[in-house]
Amino acid sequence: MLAAGIEAEPGEEALYRLNRLSQELWPGFAAALETASGIAVDYRGEGTLAIALTRDDVAQLRFHFDFQRSLGVALEWLSGAEARRREPHLHPGLAAAVFSPHDHQVDNRRLVTALRRAFLAAGGALHEHAPVSAVEIAGGRVTAVRVGESRHAADVVVLAAGAWSTEIAGLPRAALPPVRPIKGQMLALRMDPAAPLLRHVVWAPRAYLVPRRDGRLIVGATTEERGFDSALTAGGVFALLEGVWRALPGVEELAIDEMWVGFRPGSRDDAPLLGPSAVDGLVLATGHHRNGILLTPATADALSRFILRGELDAAIRPFAIDRFAAPLKEEA
Amino acid sequence: MGGTTGDTADALSIADRGFASRLLLGTAGYPNQQMMLDALAAAEPALVTVAIRRISLEPYAESLVDLVGGRYSLLPNTAGCATVRDAVLTAHLAREALGTSWIKLELIGDRETLYPDVEQLLRATEELVKDGFTVLPYCNDDPVTCRKLADLGAAAVMPLGSPIGTGLGIINPYAIERICTTSPVPVILDAGIGTASDAAQAMELGCDGVLLNTAVAKAHDPRRMARAMRLAVAAGREARLAGRIPKRSQAEPSSPQLGLVGG
Repeated sequence: MLAAGIEAEPGEEALYRLNRLSQELWPGFAAALETASGIAVDYRGEGTLAIALTRDDVAQLRFHFDFQRSLGVALEWLSGAEARRREPHLHPGLAAAVFSPHDHQVDNRRLVTALRRAFLAAGGALHEHAPVSAVEIAGGRVTAVRVGESRHAADVVVLAAGAWSTEIAGLPRAALPPVRPIKGQMLALRMDPAAPLLRHVVWAPRAYLVPRRDGRLIVGATTEERGFDSALTAGGVFALLEGVWRALPGVEELAIDEMWVGFRPGSRDDAPLLGPSAVDGLVLATGHHRNGILLTPATADALSRFILRGELDAAIRPFAIDRFAAPLKEEA
Repeated sequence: MGGTTGDTADALSIADRGFASRLLLGTAGYPNQQMMLDALAAAEPALVTVAIRRISLEPYAESLVDLVGGRYSLLPNTAGCATVRDAVLTAHLAREALGTSWIKLELIGDRETLYPDVEQLLRATEELVKDGFTVLPYCNDDPVTCRKLADLGAAAVMPLGSPIGTGLGIINPYAIERICTTSPVPVILDAGIGTASDAAQAMELGCDGVLLNTAVAKAHDPRRMARAMRLAVAAGREARLAGRIPKRSQAEPSSPQLGLVGG
């Protein structure tokens, strides 16, 4: 999901601006990537619907709608009947919906495949399935990355290890990004690609639904503070299935394609850590939480300009690691 | 009634432990952890609740316990438990992991209303008290249940204002006031608070404290709502101690109208 608008939350106004900026970069980024890789990334621009199934849901949806509109998000309030005209398979009892025209989606797996091919085609060297054992630092400067037994000398290293960012050995405490894993259980159902049940991304009260071009319907996601616990649980899967079934009863007929667990890299304020660190040459690109795919173009743009030309883009200044350097307020 | 004024002179006391604040705050559902920390700083709560079943008790950097544990007194709860066995096991896990024998006992009997299961609550309270826990049960707004819980050794009772997460405020003020009048242990209003006036009302009815979470976590500005709750709890407590005037059916001018010079 490339959802800057419908997911905007209180206290995250700066993040909303960065998300929005990246969202605007996406169509051009997708086109350039497809040209460079020859792989379709299935960018879809139908937009997102947030739906309400009960009177309580309507009140909650209106509450979010008012907040997001106050941020300047372009949103349209729809009656249940209007929403069902756009998505006829949604539950007949649909009470209301909000349409977010700018919140699009891209197939994240195709995206990674395309990025890989484009990177290699551009002359990059990729070491896959090769965990970094340490970053080497000498005199306050990064000097190399150690992968198993081999050492790769480098004067610039980008730390983009997601939820595992704090597990890279060799970094001084001040350069360790304050990132934790936030567990999410997800599943994929299989629709008929010629007659899909859904075209928009849908945020239902208890699950979100993302229809892919190939017929997969992605259903997500739990949010769990459980470290790197990778278990799929009956309760987690049940909650997802119940959530999707309440919104889209026709899923009863669909095959379950896959179920999995992922780990979002979460910083304390859910915003990424971007730019220089306490170690010269060590650049951070981590802590993207739910927005890693959305923020791909903005992150790549800003960091490559910083690395190649030393320019620190105003758009990423609010996301420096030093925002967490100040001690937390003590209890009074 | 002596001249007791100021927060320090009017400390909340539960199981012989004194607290400067009468507000207890939950840690669930904030937009992000920084917002939660900011809300805690603004609320200055006596205790901070954490749902033991919902978090990892393995220590790791930036975990909830890592961020909150050193700064606030934690009150683990048994949210998500549906049986006595689950709740007792969870309390023991919490004691081992967090080093506190205080437990907010939550035993839900019905997923739709999230009402407590009183029968199991009584049994679990009895068992945990025997095991040496300081037990604070979340319970119905029922004076008889509250009395039985206190008799079993609960350190405080936590009747609901209205069902969890509804924000409907105190739907039965009569029952809450009766509980406050008759309870031999402190009464903490738990669940249902929607806004600051609800918290103030709880204190005016005679509650010793208020526990809330969603009203702050899901507000458009959680920091500001946290501050509002702190002020409301303090204001409600002051009003309670000050003694409200009786309600009258006839208007009466606040300044005398007779016998005024030149009147």
